Amino acid sequence: MADAPLLELRGITKRFPGVLANDSVDVDLRHGEVHALLGENGAGKSTLMNILYGLYTPDEGQILLNGEPVELGSTKGAIEAGIGMVHQHFMLIPVMTVAENIVLATEPRRRVVLLDYDTARKRVRELSERYGLIVDPDARIDRITVGQQQRVEILKALYRGAEILILDEPTAVLTPQEAQELFEIIRALKTQGKSIIFISHKLNEVLEIADRITVLRRGKVVDTIPAEGATEPGLARMMVGRDVLLRVDKKAAHPERPLLQVENLTVVDDRGLETVRDVSLEVRAGEIVGIAGVDANGQSELIDAIVGLRAPSSGRVLVDGKDLTGSSAKDVIASGVGHVPEDRHRRGLVLPFTLTENLALHAYRTSPNSRRGLLNLRAMSERTRRLLEEFDVRGGTPSTPAGSLSGGNQQKVVLARELDADPQVLIAAQPTRGLDVGAIEFVHRRLVEQRDAGRAILLVSLELEEILSLSDRILVIYEGRIAGEFLPTATEEELGLAMTGGSSQEAA
Amino acid sequence: MSDELLSEEAELPPEPPDQGIPSVGTALLQRASRFYGVIGTLGTTVLAFFMAGLVVLVTGHNPLRVYRAIFDGTGLNWFFHVGDYSARIPFSTHHMWFPWDTASVAADNLQQTLLLTAPLILTGLGLAFAFRCGLFNIGGQGQYLVGSYISIWIGTSFVHMQPFAHVLLILICSALAGAFWAGIAGFLKATVGAHEVISTIMLNWIAIWVGSYLLGQGGPLQNSTQPEIPISNSVVDGAKLPVFWGLKLLQGLSIGIFIAIAMLVVYWILINRTTLGFEVRAVGFNAEAARASGISVARNYVLAMGVAGAFAALGGAIDVLGWEYQLGPNDVQFSEVGFIGLAAALLGRNSAVGIGLAALLFGGLLTGTSDRQLNPNIFPPELAGNLATIIQGLVVLFVGLNLAGLVYWFKRRRAA
Repeated sequence: MADAPLLELRGITKRFPGVLANDSVDVDLRHGEVHALLGENGAGKSTLMNILYGLYTPDEGQILLNGEPVELGSTKGAIEAGIGMVHQHFMLIPVMTVAENIVLATEPRRRVVLLDYDTARKRVRELSERYGLIVDPDARIDRITVGQQQRVEILKALYRGAEILILDEPTAVLTPQEAQELFEIIRALKTQGKSIIFISHKLNEVLEIADRITVLRRGKVVDTIPAEGATEPGLARMMVGRDVLLRVDKKAAHPERPLLQVENLTVVDDRGLETVRDVSLEVRAGEIVGIAGVDANGQSELIDAIVGLRAPSSGRVLVDGKDLTGSSAKDVIASGVGHVPEDRHRRGLVLPFTLTENLALHAYRTSPNSRRGLLNLRAMSERTRRLLEEFDVRGGTPSTPAGSLSGGNQQKVVLARELDADPQVLIAAQPTRGLDVGAIEFVHRRLVEQRDAGRAILLVSLELEEILSLSDRILVIYEGRIAGEFLPTATEEELGLAMTGGSSQEAA
Repeated sequence: MSDELLSEEAELPPEPPDQGIPSVGTALLQRASRFYGVIGTLGTTVLAFFMAGLVVLVTGHNPLRVYRAIFDGTGLNWFFHVGDYSARIPFSTHHMWFPWDTASVAADNLQQTLLLTAPLILTGLGLAFAFRCGLFNIGGQGQYLVGSYISIWIGTSFVHMQPFAHVLLILICSALAGAFWAGIAGFLKATVGAHEVISTIMLNWIAIWVGSYLLGQGGPLQNSTQPEIPISNSVVDGAKLPVFWGLKLLQGLSIGIFIAIAMLVVYWILINRTTLGFEVRAVGFNAEAARASGISVARNYVLAMGVAGAFAALGGAIDVLGWEYQLGPNDVQFSEVGFIGLAAALLGRNSAVGIGLAALLFGGLLTGTSDRQLNPNIFPPELAGNLATIIQGLVVLFVGLNLAGLVYWFKRRRAA
C-alpha cells in the first residue's frame, strides 16, 4: 500500500471574521512525496499550513495521520506528531551558533542545567551528514548566509523528529543558485523517506520540484494534479481563474536622451557603512533599466539617495540634466521623479488614511487640491474617483482606508499617485512584491506603457524573472558596486553568478 | 529533556492569516473600531463609575445617592428644571423670557462646572493635536502654566491699554509663549531625537519652579503692596474677560468657555481641512511614508508641538483672565488642569466633540465633588475629592487598556 496517504486533511474549514479562509479543503500527502500547494496571496495556503502546524484550530474537518485522526492543538502537538515547519521568516536566534539553535528547547544537558555543547555539536554533525545538509555547527547564525540559515531551519525540524516538512515559500529569500541547492536537498530528503509540503506561488519551481500539485483559490481546492504533464499557463489559469499573460508583451525600446544620470555615487547607511560604492548609471527616456541583485546589496540606499531620502557622501544625481544631489524629497518629486517604494506598507502608503488622502500625498500641496493652506476636499475626491477608475482599483471608495484594500489594489493606488504626477523618471522598487499573478500583470503592463510614453524607468527587483522580462538593460549590483551590465537575453545563471560576486563580465 | 520552551512557543498568538485576509479583516476591524469607539468610550466611563461606586459602597455609603448628589453638585440638573423665567440679556440691562432660572443654586453650580470645563478643553486639545502627529505631549501642565504667567505679566502691566486690545494681546502672547515652550520639546525631538514624553515632563517641572520663583516672595511678578504675601498683583479690570453669567465677584462664568469652544472648532478645521493638519496626520500615522512623500517630519514635529502648546497656554490665559486674576506659588504647585485635560483628551479619543464632552464630564466631576457643591450629609467632601481622582484614574487606565480591544481579544480566545 505505497499509495496510502501518510497525512490527510479532510474537509478543513476555517473562518475568520468576515472571511472564509479555508472552505472544506481536502489534501493528502503520500509517503515520500513532494506535494506543492499553489495559490495566490490570500488563497488560504498559509492558513491551511498553520492549521497543520497546530497554530490554528480548524472550525470543521479533521487531520488524519496514518489513517488515525489526530488533534494537534498546538505546535507542540504538531512536532510530536512528526510535523516540522520552515517559516518564510526564519525563527533563529542570531547571536547563537548553528548547533545551539538546532538543539534549542531539547538541548542535551550536563548536571541538569548546563548545555552539553559537545554532544550537541556531535548530533548536529551526524544529522547534517545523514541528509547532506552541510553547515558548520559552530558558526554564528548572523554570520552565515540566508541559504545556510534555511538549512539550519530544516535541520532543526529534522532534529525534532519531523517526518513531514512544511516549507513555506522557501525560495523567496534565495538566489537562483541557492534555490537549486535547496531543490537538491529536497530531493535528498525525499530519498530518505521524508514527505514534503512545498508552498509557493512560483509556477516554474513547483513544476520542477513537486510530484503532485494542489491549487487553492479563495480558500477552496481547485484541483490536485500530478506535476507531470502540467504546464505553467495551465496552472496560472487554475490559480487565477482566467487566462493570464505570463510573459510581458513589449516592443523594442527606443531610448532617447538620458533623463536620470547617477555619477560616482557613494552612500553610507544608518550604521555608517558604505553600502553604495562609486555607482554610475544612466537611464534614458523610453527605456527600462533593471537593477538585479541579492537583497541588501545597496539597492535601498541607492534608491534613497536618488529620491532625496538620504544624502550621498559623494557623487551626483541628475534628472534631465538638473543636479538634484542632496535635494529634499519634496524637491526631487517636484523635479519629476516618481517613486514606487519597495515597502508599500511602511513607505508607500499611510494605511489608516483614506484612498483620497493617500492619492493626495504629494498633490495636496498644489491647486486645485488646496489653496492657501486649506484643503479642497471636493477636488481631492473627484481626482480620486478618476484615478480609481483609470487604474482599476477595486474594493474601495474614496473614503475607504488604504489598509483595507488587498495588496494588489494598494499597489495600484501607489502607482496611480506616482504616475498621475506625470514624472519623467520613475523609480520602481520591488513593484510586484507580494502581489498575485493578476496584479503583477497589471503593474508590468503599466510600466511598459510608461516606457513607451518616453519615461525613464529604473526597476529594482529581487525577482530575476521580473528583471529579465521587463528590462531593456540590466545592471547587477553586488556589495554596493555595479558588478556587470547585461542584455535581457542573459540567462538567470549568468546574472546569478554576477549577483553573488562571481566573475563580473561585461556582456553589453 | 525539557519541553518548556516548546510549550511557550505553542502559546504564541497565531500569526495573522495570509495577506489577502487581513485586508478584509482590517476593514471589519475598522468598522468595528468605529462602533466600539463610541460604545467603548461610554463603556469605559460606565465601568469607571461602577468600580468607583464599589469603593463608595465599601465606605458605607449608597453609591446611587452619592452619584445623584454629585450630579446635583455639577449643576447639570439645572437643565431639568424648565419653567417660566426671565433672564438678563448679557452685557445689557434688558431682560427676556428664558426656560431656565439663571439665578438658582443649580445655575451657580453649572457656572463653576463650565468654568472648569473651559481650560480642560484647551489642555485636552494640547494633548490631542500633538497626538495626531504621533507625539505624546505630557507637557500640557507646563504649557498651561507658561500661558498663565504671561497673562499675569501682561495683565498686570499696560494698565491703560484699551480693554479689548489688552485681552487680545494677552491671548496672543500666551499662545505664542506656550507654542514656544512646547516647541522646545518638538525641536529636541526633531533634531536630536529626544523623546517628547521625557522632555515635556521635564519642561513641566521647569515651568512649575520658574513660576514659583516669579510669583513668590521677591519674585518679579510678586505684588507691589504686600511684600510678605507671595502672590501676584491682580490683573487690571480691563484685561479681565467679561463675565456673562453670574457675578464677577462670585466667580461667575466668563466668555472663556466660548473661547474654548471656538478652539474646538479651530482644532477640527486645522486637523481636517488644512494642509498643516494633513501633514500632521500623515506624520502621525506613518512618518516614514510622509517623509518619502516629501513631507518634512522634523518641521511637523515642531509645528504640532507648537500648536499643541498654544492651545494649552490659552487654557492658562482664560483661567487667569476669567476668574483667577492673580496667582501665587501655591496655585502653581497644586494645579493639575494639564493632567486632567490629558485624561479628557484620552477619553475623548482626540476628536473635537469627544474632548468637549469628556472635559465637561471631568469639569462636572471636579465641581460636583468639591466641598462647596456636594451635600456633606450624603457623602463627606474630603472623600468625594478622592472619588473624583479614582474615577479619573480608572478612566485613563481603561482607555489605556483599550476596552474594545480587550472585548475583541476575549471573543477571539473563546472562539479559538
